[in-house]
Amino acid sequence: MHPAFSVIFLTTLIGAGQGLFMALVTGQVYSLANLLAPQDSVTFYAMGSFVAMVLLILGLVAAVFHLGKPSYFLTRAWRGLTQWRTSWLSRELIALPAFIVLVLLYGGAHYVEMTEPLFVIQGQIPVDPTLLLGVIGSVLSLVLFVSTAMIYASVRFLQEWHSPLTVVNFMLFGLVSGFTLAAAFSAWSGVQLVGFFGTWAVIFTVFAAITRGFAVYRNGRIKHRSTLRSAIGVRHTTIRQKSMGFMGGSFNTREFFHGRSDGTLGLIKWFFVATVFLVPVALLGASNILASTYLPILAFAVQYVGLLAERWYFFAEARHPQNLYYQSVA
Amino acid sequence: MTQLALVIDLNVCVGCHACVTSCKEWNTSGWAGPMVDQRPYDVDPSGTFFNRVQMFEVGEYPNTETVHFPKSCLHCEEPPCVPVCPTGASYKREDNGVVLVDYDKCIGCKYCAWACPYGVRELDEQQKVMKKCTLCIDRITDQSLPENERQPACVLACPTSARLYGDVHDPNSEASIAIHENGGYQLMPEWGTQPANHYLPRRKTRIQIFDDELERADNPLTKEAPLPAAEGDTLDDVSY
Repeated sequence: MHPAFSVIFLTTLIGAGQGLFMALVTGQVYSLANLLAPQDSVTFYAMGSFVAMVLLILGLVAAVFHLGKPSYFLTRAWRGLTQWRTSWLSRELIALPAFIVLVLLYGGAHYVEMTEPLFVIQGQIPVDPTLLLGVIGSVLSLVLFVSTAMIYASVRFLQEWHSPLTVVNFMLFGLVSGFTLAAAFSAWSGVQLVGFFGTWAVIFTVFAAITRGFAVYRNGRIKHRSTLRSAIGVRHTTIRQKSMGFMGGSFNTREFFHGRSDGTLGLIKWFFVATVFLVPVALLGASNILASTYLPILAFAVQYVGLLAERWYFFAEARHPQNLYYQSVA
Repeated sequence: MTQLALVIDLNVCVGCHACVTSCKEWNTSGWAGPMVDQRPYDVDPSGTFFNRVQMFEVGEYPNTETVHFPKSCLHCEEPPCVPVCPTGASYKREDNGVVLVDYDKCIGCKYCAWACPYGVRELDEQQKVMKKCTLCIDRITDQSLPENERQPACVLACPTSARLYGDVHDPNSEASIAIHENGGYQLMPEWGTQPANHYLPRRKTRIQIFDDELERADNPLTKEAPLPAAEGDTLDDVSY
């Protein structure tokens, strides 16, 4: 498939935004259980939610450029809310704005310090509006992860994507970048949670390395169901395309081919292995020892660039059966 | 239920592209148009087509065979491109089974093209909406046309009658009979999309003749003996 940068930015940006939101809620739950020191509502949670929301809105802007014309966002995209019964893309189009609203409410509730408990569970756990919004938002965030990933995993013709690993990887990469960003945000705002978020980021990174590694292994050995024989229905061991029917390009030759050499693909694979997994873990580890402010921020920056490469590779490694019909110009 | 479709006879197609040009001519100026070209007379031309004729070589030289292979939307009975559409622009007509795109609802997200294993949907570079074969829906449903013209433009244009058009759910239609009698098959059956369009295979016609059918059993020229004297009619000469 041809990797479209609009979708690469969309999925990585909202993934980081969702992960950051879930990291903030995780921090709040931990402090509720007295495992972490409570943080300031306004400077930490409200500001953190603002950062998450900026990422989500940037993702939405990137998505607009995936439409045929950006103006369709205003004139036609509302119809995308109608087909949620059958289309995962429609479900994503509903879940994303809903999640942005929840992040806004969560950040807003923290900003105006609505931290008076509404009720207390078993005389121990005070539940305030921010916690309720955080839990609902986290559920929506998971729904959004699944919806986004299922857009790809549900296309059965793209066998490289048609696997539960796609959903697991989208979720883990979102959490990886979100928790790294939470560590960077903590470092930047001088909060003593760098170690906490950094540890979780490393744990998620290890899991993501395992599942992504498994996906790369699976895709390297995949046996495609369609062949030239089934594509044209001629039973013979030797079939070659002599002409695709036109000398110039077409939508089919642009949309479904990445147009890069195997060597480039290999380079990008090892680039994202280094920048998503190895370098950020090393930087987060070093920041724990050196107590540096800039290392977690650098870790997030490096990792985000790596995730762009990872998503590019995700698209490029998927081979569409329609390519069987477009192998030879003349 | 009616399911309109094409049956394409690969045994007859000569790869002349008349269906391609007539398709473009009809549809660019009709309901589905325009089908815009980019740089048509320049380097790297491109454009939107609903129909392509491809060529495949089967076998190793000198035992090769050329297969001319017209390819357009197969109007699947289980169209995978329809449920994935987020806006409902992509749909399958209830009354005749034709898969269509509502160009006023399409947002050009290309998701339906990803969900089609046959690569028959093309994004129009000017309108930025997804386009595909309509089976000339504006012709076949136009009651003002004489009945024999209510057929897709490609079918009318084909000089060798390699394209049949009809209701593949009606067992007595010309299309159904051709599928049934001539080994019609579907493309990529492994995906369960149930394409309505069928293809008829290349086929050889051979008659079976044994040597003893070519020569009379008592042909005297095969015997190494003096020619027999005339003894009147032989059994082969007698007619009853």
